[in-house]
Amino acid sequence: MELQKFQYDNKIVKMFAYATMLWGLVGMLVGVIAAIQLYLPSANMSLPYTTFGRLRPLHTNAVIFAFVGNGIFMGVYYSLQRLLKARMFSDFLSKIHFWGWQLIIVLAALTLVLGKTTGKEYAELEWPIDILITLVWVVFGWNMFGTIIRRRERHLYVAIWFYIATFVTVAMLHIVNSIEIPVSFWKSYSWYAGVQDALVQWWYGHNAVAFFLTTPYLGLMYYFLPKIAQRPVYSYRLSIIHFWALIFLYIWAGPHHLLYTSVPDWAQSLGVVFSVMLIAPSWGGMINGLLTLRGAWDRVRDNVGLKFLVVAVTAYGMATFEGPMLSLKNVNAIAHFTDWIVAHVHVGALGWNGFMTFGILYWLIPRLFQTKLYSEKLANVHFWVGTLGIVLYAVPMYWAGFMQSSMWKDFTPEGQLKWQFMDTVTKMIPFYIARSVGGTLFLAGAVIMTYNLIKTIKVGNFLEIEEDQAPALIGEYHAHSHDHWHRWIERKPIQLMVVSLVVVAIGGLIEFVPVFLVKSNIPTISSVKPYTPLELQGRDIYIREGCYTCHSQMVRPFRSETARYGEYSKAGEFVYDHPFQWGSKRTGPDLARVGGKYPDSWHYNHMLDPTSMSPGSVMPQYPWLLEDQLDANSTIAKIKAMKRLGVPYPESYERNAIADMEKQAQEITANLKKDGIETLPDREIVALISYLQRLGKDIKAEGLKAQK
Amino acid sequence: MSIDNFTIKLILFSDMSAIFIMIGASLLLAIGFLIAFIWSVKNNQYEDDYTPSVRILFDNTSLDEEKINTLKNTEITRTKNK
Repeated sequence: MELQKFQYDNKIVKMFAYATMLWGLVGMLVGVIAAIQLYLPSANMSLPYTTFGRLRPLHTNAVIFAFVGNGIFMGVYYSLQRLLKARMFSDFLSKIHFWGWQLIIVLAALTLVLGKTTGKEYAELEWPIDILITLVWVVFGWNMFGTIIRRRERHLYVAIWFYIATFVTVAMLHIVNSIEIPVSFWKSYSWYAGVQDALVQWWYGHNAVAFFLTTPYLGLMYYFLPKIAQRPVYSYRLSIIHFWALIFLYIWAGPHHLLYTSVPDWAQSLGVVFSVMLIAPSWGGMINGLLTLRGAWDRVRDNVGLKFLVVAVTAYGMATFEGPMLSLKNVNAIAHFTDWIVAHVHVGALGWNGFMTFGILYWLIPRLFQTKLYSEKLANVHFWVGTLGIVLYAVPMYWAGFMQSSMWKDFTPEGQLKWQFMDTVTKMIPFYIARSVGGTLFLAGAVIMTYNLIKTIKVGNFLEIEEDQAPALIGEYHAHSHDHWHRWIERKPIQLMVVSLVVVAIGGLIEFVPVFLVKSNIPTISSVKPYTPLELQGRDIYIREGCYTCHSQMVRPFRSETARYGEYSKAGEFVYDHPFQWGSKRTGPDLARVGGKYPDSWHYNHMLDPTSMSPGSVMPQYPWLLEDQLDANSTIAKIKAMKRLGVPYPESYERNAIADMEKQAQEITANLKKDGIETLPDREIVALISYLQRLGKDIKAEGLKAQK
Repeated sequence: MSIDNFTIKLILFSDMSAIFIMIGASLLLAIGFLIAFIWSVKNNQYEDDYTPSVRILFDNTSLDEEKINTLKNTEITRTKNK
């Protein structure tokens, strides 16, 4: 058999590695700043752009899509070429992929600090960026499948299966969850509303964890762990079985993020069942990773990269044990909305993703630059600083979460709630401080690594041309008895066209089905009415400022919650919420029934200085809301968009919208004046107050009707 | 009322039509994975469940583990490449 010579593309791997290091530092730094703001709100420097509600989405997007994203591509581009014995399909596509992804990251950073957000967690980016993500993702897939087709190794190693599952599933999730109707270039409304939006969002959100943070990293584990340890994986058979089990189970687990909410019980139960089952394939991967090192633990002692990988796989094991536990309704009742969840995701993010990435970088950079690591000692320092950082981060957060939840649920013997919400906030401060120290240590470790790797790169010599040879793959297209199925398409243009049409039609179907279904958004509670134009504007300010990052809008059917917040939330209350704003964390109290609870002036003063109304509050000040003028011109477009989504505003209501809006604003201004506050009716604060005062009120009218 | 009717009513009348999209998309994906699985089995991808795990350890490129380990310092590397 004739050997074919070819070269690996190391340059693209190097570029993704650099991007991983850079965005890792940025994402973690933003995380530390956000963590500090939780006990020192003034750390936002009184700027809207750097306030928690905008930094938190920036942090999550940066570490998930920029740091881990580039880490995935770095690992995939390195391993795929070697596993398939082929250069990447197209250098041009590789470049488009790289620069396109960096462009997305920069655009994301800019728009998020400017408050351009869809208000859906982990999917905050607005529609033009969503389209860009789709295009770049397709380029990635095209490049990957092109390489697979041109491979010289017939067997697809298990890592490649993980990459394929990642590509396909992320594409689908992103498209389905991002269906939104644009209002302007940087504003859109989710196509789904309320309960439906929540379900789609967490179906996406959980699978972002599954197919962006887990499956690609399992693929990397299956390549880099054996490579670094110089040992074959413990059981190749187990890797195949757990791969197929994992991808078939993961997709159904999403509703465990919505336990005890207004989502129907059967959907919640479905999520619980699949989440519990997930422990088997998850631990299959963890066990397989750790047992790969059986009899080779001495290498872990000597190889710093392996140390990182061992902690990463252990963290994966812990997080995937905890996940199914948290999916049990009785555990979830305690943990949900608390810092326990924050601890859980950070064991995964810092331990699994962070340490895996570090371990790979320590191995990869010296090889790409044909040298030894600049300092093993510094790398060991990084290992211990980072590990300590994870512990210092996670332990206080577990403690805080459990403690806060217990306080929320505590009743006096007389049957009264024992603690004010504020009491449970001030008790959190020491834990928040400890957490920010843990995060800072983790960041410090990453800085040490960057220094170490830069030094390594400086003395090294980049291996741009790495040659390899392998025989061409013959027989692949002429398998024993029959042709490869794809040949049937390739040979006949008509068939090719038909199949392409089917593929495109499936995509189109997924996009257009919601258009028809949206008509069935029939309100189930007749007293629930669409938002007034002013309230709608106020709601968009609520979304812009990221209020949902600290406040939930979902009263769960527990005595402790109905006693604190009022009647539990009903599905029918959210039918006009595009997007839903249930939130996932209660740093501040739930707002589902805040409407009418305080006078308008309370909200005005509270936004100006939260501590003036609730001493001890860690909420940031929002002085700009008092000064900035509301963009009234967008009202008509917003009402029109809502009508297209099936919100039943009266016929040609957009003509009266502005007049109605001004009228309501005048009422609130007059109300404020009674309490001695002078403000212009066209300020943003007025719209925000109108929205807050509306929250959870409609259903009360239902109660009055019933009484009559 | 049978369970089936009850479930159907829940889906139709509890504002849950998005579930059709999700179940549809998830099933589509699952069918895709199923096809991929059947293909992989028929393609004899899993005939050998040992060699692939060992094969990845051997790269016949200029940068195998032996060579990296023998690199005493970077100067050697530099002269080598020039």
